[in-house]
Amino acid sequence: MDWFFNFPDMSRSDLREFKKSVDFAFTDFSRSYGAEIEGFFEPLLMFLVWFEKFFINTPWPLIIFGILVLAWIGSRSIPIVIGTFLSFMLIGYFGMWEDTMSTLAIILVATFLCISIGIPMGIAMARSNKVQAVIVPVLDVMQTIPSFVYLIPVVMLLGIGKVPGLIAVCIYAIPPIVRLTNLGIRLVDKDVLEAADSFGASYWQKLFGVQMPLALPTIFAGVNQTIMMALAMVVIASMIGVKGLGLPVLRAISNQYLALGLMNGLAIVILAIIFDRVTQKFGLRMQKYRNDGKD
Amino acid sequence: MSKNDILIKVNELYKVFGDNTNEALEMVKDGMSKDKLLEKCNCVLGLNNINLDIKKAKIQVVMGLSGSGKSTLIRHLNRLIEPTSGEIIVNNQDILSLSQKDLIQFRQNNMSMVFQKFALFPHKTVLQNVGYGLAIQNIPVNEWNGRAEKWISRVGLDGYETYYPGQLSGGMQQRVGLARALATDAEILLMDEAFSALDPLIRSEMQNILLDLQSELRKTIIFITHDLDEALKIGDRIAILRDGSMVQDSDPQKIIMQPADDYVSDFIKDINRARVIQAKSIMTASKSKSSGATVRDNMVLEDILQIMSDAPSKPVTIEDSKGKITGKIEMVNLIEGMKRPKSQGTNITG
Repeated sequence: MDWFFNFPDMSRSDLREFKKSVDFAFTDFSRSYGAEIEGFFEPLLMFLVWFEKFFINTPWPLIIFGILVLAWIGSRSIPIVIGTFLSFMLIGYFGMWEDTMSTLAIILVATFLCISIGIPMGIAMARSNKVQAVIVPVLDVMQTIPSFVYLIPVVMLLGIGKVPGLIAVCIYAIPPIVRLTNLGIRLVDKDVLEAADSFGASYWQKLFGVQMPLALPTIFAGVNQTIMMALAMVVIASMIGVKGLGLPVLRAISNQYLALGLMNGLAIVILAIIFDRVTQKFGLRMQKYRNDGKD
Repeated sequence: MSKNDILIKVNELYKVFGDNTNEALEMVKDGMSKDKLLEKCNCVLGLNNINLDIKKAKIQVVMGLSGSGKSTLIRHLNRLIEPTSGEIIVNNQDILSLSQKDLIQFRQNNMSMVFQKFALFPHKTVLQNVGYGLAIQNIPVNEWNGRAEKWISRVGLDGYETYYPGQLSGGMQQRVGLARALATDAEILLMDEAFSALDPLIRSEMQNILLDLQSELRKTIIFITHDLDEALKIGDRIAILRDGSMVQDSDPQKIIMQPADDYVSDFIKDINRARVIQAKSIMTASKSKSSGATVRDNMVLEDILQIMSDAPSKPVTIEDSKGKITGKIEMVNLIEGMKRPKSQGTNITG
């Protein structure tokens, strides 16, 4: 009756062998291909370094001016622009300007990557149920697996630095944009699609002329969520060498610096709120036909 | 009727929804009923051996209750739904043999459609909606703008070009739908319960707009409706569907005077016969002039009654559109005409 009370598990040595063989296989893989893979990401790294330098080296008044102009273009709302101005002044005054710029740089690149990969993936999913059946479980894994687990192979392959950090952020942040693009396209009214069909619209004419415009509000909710999740990853990304607001937070945890942790944490929150409000307002403005066509 | 008059020919069209449609089709051809088919192989019989000839420049109405297959039938004509078996010939061309590319061409140039729930593009303005059929043919913007504006004004929506569909009332939205369908200059217009979602006054107004446009444009229109008054008002010919089968396909007058079966009788029992039956349907043939007044053969009974009530004993003379005398009507014919007829049994076309 031993098997009844104790799970009949693998023997300890077998288990060790199993783990070892997986570890060795991956180590071998990263030894033989690591250089190539790193080489592949080299241009991305150069760009990341340049982009971060650009944010840090540009005089702060110019950066703030640029951000305010973008906030205005996105939201067309005076309160949001004023709020953005005050927030960035405060961040700078408390000495977090440089870290904020680093974080801004990596968030923007991560968001751009997620959108340019995620939206085509969502379109492919909406087009075919088979593709959807394959991608949905992958997204489920990406969203639920603890981030530390996929940090291990990424670090083994690429070491510590900006690129592995960016990849970790993207793995975490891409699912919402993919899911919501798929959902938005699938929710487009069947009658309207039938009308487009009856007039002889091709697949691409339907996609870009009807489905995408009508799915935009949903897709935009996805973009918004992707940005929020990317921001939430900055602390974890800082563990593998991404500079920015995450690093001081990490330092604060290990040394129990309450004020340092709080300040940098709140700076991340402020960035999140600004991104959220501006993108939401932008999303609303793009569907003006819903509010009786008046801006 | 010469052969050239017929623009659309539907031959032995069957549609079975579900899995294993080939097997189900055989059972249908062996005479299995719709209910039995659903029970036995979980397939829904959409259309059952439909044969229909649609004449050029006429309005062919297809009538039936919900679920009778009328919307399914109209969607076969532009292949929004693929048939299980059968043949659809438009302009001597078998449209079921068209490749995907040719089908798109065919839809762009030959047929356009108006929908029950309007199906306008909510993110496009009235102008962009009306011009949609032209824009996707890669016609330059300046050109389609002009053509779309012409149709917007033709349906009486001048000044609404920059509005979005959500800002318009139902009646106005369907005018946009109609203009959108007309803008491509397609010869065939498919109207799927186009006016059913509108309230009665607006519906009647839209029917008048359609008849007005039709007298000028001479399109071939397939009009789906479940409303007999509407069918009688606009139809040159009426086909009645029941459970996917054609019950009767004939002249509107004949539907009222000689309903093919109880189902059709049931359909027509509530109409005001005096207002829809025309003189030619009840007259007795005669070449000589009678003692009473002379009227056209398309005058409805109600109006003849007005004339005859002044001199009840004098029969009225009936003449055709060329002024030739074709018959006469006595009071007793009028009474006979207003009585509901019994169904005729087997004769379903005529």
